[in-house]
Amino acid sequence: MTDIQTTETPIAPAGQTAKRTRGEFYRRQSRFPLMLIAPAVIIILVVVAYPMIYSLYLSFTPYNLLRPEKTLVFSVDTMFRNYGKLLGDRIFWRSVGNTVIFLAVTVNLSYFIALGLSQLMALVSRGQGIMRTLLMIPMMFAPVLVGFQFAWFFNATVGLVNNALIALHVIQSPKPWLIDVPSGMISIMIATIWMNIPMLTIILLAGTLSLPREVFEAAEMDGAHAWQKFRHITMPLLRPFTLIALTVLSLDIARAYDIVRIMTGGGPAHRTEMIWTYAGRLATRDSQYGLASAMSMVGVVLGVVFTLYLFRQLIKSRVVY
Amino acid sequence: MTEAMLKPRRRWNRRKTQKWLIDIAVVIVLLIFALPAIWIVFTAFRPGNEINVTPPVWIPKKLTLDAFGALFGLNPGYSSGVPVMEYLRNSSFTALLSTSVALAVGTMAGYAFSRFDFRLHLTVFLGIMLSRAVPGVALGLPLFLVMRRYGLVDTTVGLALVYTAVNIPFTVWLMDGFFRQIPKELDESAYIDGCGYWTAFWRIDLPLALPGVAAAGIFAFLAAWNEYQIASLITKTPKSKTFPVGLYDFTSQFTVDWRGMTAMSVLMIVPAIIFVILIQRRLTEGLTFGALKG
Repeated sequence: MTDIQTTETPIAPAGQTAKRTRGEFYRRQSRFPLMLIAPAVIIILVVVAYPMIYSLYLSFTPYNLLRPEKTLVFSVDTMFRNYGKLLGDRIFWRSVGNTVIFLAVTVNLSYFIALGLSQLMALVSRGQGIMRTLLMIPMMFAPVLVGFQFAWFFNATVGLVNNALIALHVIQSPKPWLIDVPSGMISIMIATIWMNIPMLTIILLAGTLSLPREVFEAAEMDGAHAWQKFRHITMPLLRPFTLIALTVLSLDIARAYDIVRIMTGGGPAHRTEMIWTYAGRLATRDSQYGLASAMSMVGVVLGVVFTLYLFRQLIKSRVVY
Repeated sequence: MTEAMLKPRRRWNRRKTQKWLIDIAVVIVLLIFALPAIWIVFTAFRPGNEINVTPPVWIPKKLTLDAFGALFGLNPGYSSGVPVMEYLRNSSFTALLSTSVALAVGTMAGYAFSRFDFRLHLTVFLGIMLSRAVPGVALGLPLFLVMRRYGLVDTTVGLALVYTAVNIPFTVWLMDGFFRQIPKELDESAYIDGCGYWTAFWRIDLPLALPGVAAAGIFAFLAAWNEYQIASLITKTPKSKTFPVGLYDFTSQFTVDWRGMTAMSVLMIVPAIIFVILIQRRLTEGLTFGALKG
C-alpha cells in the first residue's frame, strides 16, 4: 500500500525528491487519518472482534446453554477437549469435506460460466441495457429467497424440475433431487452458482469492455485466432478484474449458508452437511455452544485464509498495473 | 462488373446475420438464466388453483392480486396471519439505520486509506476486510450471548448495530477505490489555499465521490435488507423479525404456502428493482474503480 502512494504520482518533474516530500507531506498530519478510521475500527472491534474472542474462549470450555453455571468453566487440562472431540467426529470431517468441495466447485464454475457469459455479452451490439437488466435479475433475490425458490423447483412432489422432466418423458417417476446422493449437493451448487453469476459477469464484462482495442487490432494483423486473442490478451489483461470479482465473491461466500440451510438443512443424514450448518445445529438445537464455537473457529480460519490469499493477489496486481 | 458490385454486399449481409444470431443467442441464454426468478414473480400473481396442481399449468391463464390481498389481510374471510407490516417496519428500520451509519463511518475510513500513509496502514485495512470474512454463523452464535447480556436480543437497534459492522468493510473498500480516482492535486491546491484537512475532505473530495457513496449505499442497504443468518439467531418475535426470517412463517411441518411466500418475495425485491434501475450502469464503476489505477 505504501508503495502505491508514492509510485503513482503523476507530476513528478523533480523525480525522487518530489515523491519523498509528497510522502512526508501526507505523513506529517498523522492524527487526522487516525480520527477518520477510528469510528470504523471501534465498531468492528466491539461488534465483531469482541464476540469472536469470546467465541474463541468458549471453544476451550464445555459450555452448554442449558447448564450455563456448571459448564462455563475454563481449565488448562481440558481446554482442547472440544477440538479433540471434533477430530474424532466423522460428521465433522464429512462437513469439512463437503464445504471444501462445495467452495471449490461453486467458485470455479461460477467464475468460468461468468467469464463465458461476459465474453458473449461483449460481442452484443444492440440492447446492452436489456441484457444487463436480465442478467441482474438474480441479484435482486435475497439468498434466502434463492434457497426457497430452488427448494421448490427441486421438490420431489410439486417441483418444477420433476414436472418438466416427466412432461418431456425424460424420467418416468418423480426423483427426490434433494434427498439422493449426489443430486442433493448438485442442486445446492446450482442454486449458489445461479446466485453468484450476475455480479461476477458484470465485473468481468466491465473489464472486457475497458480493454484497449489497439492491442486486439495489432494481434489480428499478426493473424491471431479468436482463441489466441482470448488466451494471450483478454485473460492476462482481465487479471485485476478477475481478482476483484473473486474477492467480492469470497467476501460473500458464507451467504451460501442461507441456501444450504433452507434447501436441505444439511440433511438428510448429513449428506449435505457443511461446517456452517453443523455448527449452527450444534448450538441452536443441542445447546452445545462450546463445541459449536470450536467448529466456528475452524470455519473462520478457512474463510480468513481464503480471503487473505485473494487480497494478497489483489494488492500485488494493483501495484503492477 | 455486376459480380464485383454484389460480392462485398453479400459479405456485409452475412456479417449482419451473424451479428443478429449472436444477439438472439445471448438474449435466449439470459432469458433461460432469468427464468427461475421470472417464475417466482409470476407465481405471486396467479390464482391459487394454478399453483402446484397436477398436471402443472405452465402458462398463467389469468393474473390476480389475491395473494397480496391475503398478505395484507384485505381479503374478507381469509388472511395469511403473517405480520407483514411489522416485518416491513423492522426491515426498513434496520436497513436504513445501518446503511447510513456504515456509509458515514466507511466513507471517512475509505478516505483515510486512499489518501494518507500512516503506521499499520495495510494491517488495519486487511483487519477490516477480514472481519467481513467471518461466516455469519460463527459471528451470530457468540453475538447472541453477548447481546443477551446487554438486552439487545430481539431488538431492531441491536440488529442494526450488527449490520452496521457487517457493512463497514465493503463500504471502506468501495470508497477507497472511489477516492483513488480523484486526483490528489485537488487536495494539494486546497491545502495551499489554506484549507484544513477536514475542509478539503468535506468540500472537495466528498462531493466528487458522491456517486460512489450512492453505489456503496445501495450495496449496504441490500446486504442488510437481505441478511438472514444473523437475523435468524438474534430475532425471535415480530418485534424485531425481518422479511428474510419472516419467510419461514409460510412453512409448516409438511407444507409450504408457496403463493403467500412468492407474494412476500415480490415485496422483498421491490427495493432491489428500484435500485437496479437507478444505477444499472453505474454499478460496475464502483466495483472496478481502482482495478487499473492503483
